[in-house]
Amino acid sequence: MDLQTIWFVAIAVLWTGYLVLEGFDFGVGMLLPVVGRDDTDRRVMINSIGPVWDGNEVWLITAVGATFAAFPAWYGSMLSGFYLPVLAIILALIVRGVAFEYRGKVDDDRWRRRWDVAIVVGSTVPALAWGLIFANLLRGLPMRPGHVVDAGFADMLNPYALLGALVTGSLFLLHGAVFLSLKTDGPVRVLARAVALRSAIVAVPALVGFLGWTLAHRPTGWTIPVAVVAVVALVTGAGLAGRGREGWAFASTAVSVLGTSVVIFGSMFPVLIPSTTDPALSLTVAGAASGPYTLEVMSWIALVLLPFVIGYQAWSYWVFRRRVTRAHIAPAH
Amino acid sequence: MDALDLARWQFGITTVYHFLFVPLTIGLSAIVAILQTAWHRTGKVEYLRATRFLGKLFLINFAMGVVTGIVQEFQFGMNWSSYSTFVGDVFGAPLAMEALLAFFLESTFIGLWIFGWDRLPRRIHLACIWIVAVGTNFSAYFIIAANAWMRHPVGFTVDETTGRARLTDIWAVLTNPQAWSTYLHVVSGAFIAAGLFVVAVSAFKLMRARWPRRASDAAPHPSEDGLFRKTLRLGLAVTAIAGALVVFSGDHQAKLMAQYEPMKLAGAEALWDDEQGAGFSLFAVGDIREGRNHINVQIPNVLSFLATGDFQGDVEGINDVQQRFEQEFGPGDYRPNIAVLYWSFRLMMGLGLAGVGIGIIGLWLTRRGRLPERRWMYRVAILGLPAALAANVFGWILTEMGRQPWTVVGELLTAASVSPGVSLTEVAISLSAFTLLYAVLAVIEVTLLLRYVAAGPAAVMPYPPDDDSGPDVPAAREREDDRVPAFVY
Repeated sequence: MDLQTIWFVAIAVLWTGYLVLEGFDFGVGMLLPVVGRDDTDRRVMINSIGPVWDGNEVWLITAVGATFAAFPAWYGSMLSGFYLPVLAIILALIVRGVAFEYRGKVDDDRWRRRWDVAIVVGSTVPALAWGLIFANLLRGLPMRPGHVVDAGFADMLNPYALLGALVTGSLFLLHGAVFLSLKTDGPVRVLARAVALRSAIVAVPALVGFLGWTLAHRPTGWTIPVAVVAVVALVTGAGLAGRGREGWAFASTAVSVLGTSVVIFGSMFPVLIPSTTDPALSLTVAGAASGPYTLEVMSWIALVLLPFVIGYQAWSYWVFRRRVTRAHIAPAH
Repeated sequence: MDALDLARWQFGITTVYHFLFVPLTIGLSAIVAILQTAWHRTGKVEYLRATRFLGKLFLINFAMGVVTGIVQEFQFGMNWSSYSTFVGDVFGAPLAMEALLAFFLESTFIGLWIFGWDRLPRRIHLACIWIVAVGTNFSAYFIIAANAWMRHPVGFTVDETTGRARLTDIWAVLTNPQAWSTYLHVVSGAFIAAGLFVVAVSAFKLMRARWPRRASDAAPHPSEDGLFRKTLRLGLAVTAIAGALVVFSGDHQAKLMAQYEPMKLAGAEALWDDEQGAGFSLFAVGDIREGRNHINVQIPNVLSFLATGDFQGDVEGINDVQQRFEQEFGPGDYRPNIAVLYWSFRLMMGLGLAGVGIGIIGLWLTRRGRLPERRWMYRVAILGLPAALAANVFGWILTEMGRQPWTVVGELLTAASVSPGVSLTEVAISLSAFTLLYAVLAVIEVTLLLRYVAAGPAAVMPYPPDDDSGPDVPAAREREDDRVPAFVY
């Protein structure tokens, strides 16, 4: 495998880490009004992701930073090409991050209700927009010479991309519900299980449709079994959550998100953004990549640092492994 | 007005706004870590209370720094895709390192610190805040190395077939003299701002206790006086020490500027023509079209000394650099906005030195348990905070505006850096969205900070009912009885 391919894989790994990890905290955010019946329940939910959501988000920052370094043209074309959806994601992430930190800082119902809205919107918008963006990247966009994406926001709202948005949205919802059933106890846990089963009714058919469409549109032999695993894992995850096997259920939904991400990136390679105007204008891995020296330097740095990152993030999950319950919630201050 | 202008405004607004929170994060994480270490060493509950109180203010600020930083990671690609494609090979590497080395550390360990008060052994919990403090410094170094490369590009070639920059020596990029010198200057500036933040909060609380406005101000818990005297002294000491560093590194910055960015130095001094033994301008009214000053009040020879270390040293003027650039890069206007540079330079130095002055004079006034008797002194101390933040901001305005019309000096013009596919409408939408959202968040943030300052340490860590005289409780008992709740949301 050459360095460019290795770095494509590395970026796919970073994105996959992001989707698996922030996927569940987006889900928890979206479920706030559904599962959190009163303020204490909502605080249980927020506290279940409190120590980790920021670390999860850094996977995105790193994926984007690594894309900048390893595939500058991809970074530039993608972010400028998807200007408005990316803007929506950034605004959502800002509002959501502030909401998590500020919600509990004033003891006032109206204050908390407003931040709850911010959390729900701030989690839903990126959960949908990432699916929209990745589906469009697979589908291709009109492009001008110089890898300039020439698409308006309306062009991005095609059926395939909307299905992609539905997939990430419902997948994260289910993933988040399973996480809540694993990490909380009491009424939140009970309700989250029920929600996991119900959201599977949407998530499973959406995922089957999207992965099938993707395999037909960008046929890549080895992704077919991965797609099957992603779907089976999702069905298994929802079923196990319903039976109270929450640890295995969460592992299953994580595998499902991981498999979906692998299919997306596997199908993408080696054309990063296909041009629907003229295939010759498409942006490829080779056309977007940095020089071999940069990729080599980056490889060493990633090789040394990434194990530490995974190590201490795993440790932080271990520290906060206990379930959060209503009894843990101190009076607001 | 075209997309380029709006994209520049957006970069300016979002970056300046981000940089109001960054220096406070860099400095306050270390100050909070120092206080927690003091608690760990002495077991005095007063230090724990100070850690918790300033820690809360630090976190309110930290959240804003994190979320406004997200924009930076995306903005280069959104608005400046031509720049990104040209420089990514070189510029992207330190950015990716920053994320891998610094952002993961900061975000994971801040979570552990916030939620780990009664989950982690005390030593490990203390290590968490120190790791955050170290992480902010890694972050600062890498981002400044990337920025320094734009001002003094090293360790690269331009690929003739693709027209993109190609990294040839990462070590040269990371040890760029502009990088480590700027790092020292920026970080010491950050510590001044954070030191004066602590000074402002402490001075405000001490002032209110002496000159109460409300009944609740009049009788704070008796231990608060001692607590805020300590934090006041700590803030003043941090400011004074960082002040020495900022002057030393600033002097070095001036010499590097003369060497690598003569146009910026000439612009910052409104020095139009080459001069030996150039004077340091105090006040000037210039004419950009004619390329000369109508009025210029100077201290003779000082600029030459600052720029070269020799009172008779040669300093290039704006008109001379302009001519040289025209010969080298072809016809064009290579002059930055002279008025902005000139006044940013003065405001940075004036406000920064005023802040350092507060630190030094304050240390003298509070020597051996003394405290000033006059209210205006407290008010001046509080004003040190906005002055220091403004000095930080003007420093960056000088740095970035002084690099114009280039994004990468000698290699890429700002006009050629903007995204070709992005419309005026799109930039206008994002510029207004960010500006509006940031304005709302600023109001919320400041309100929240003021609320917590007004409520005082008791709000984050209530006093035990039997303990109104404020003797120090042994640390062990403290952990049992006055345990900090683990769940903060």
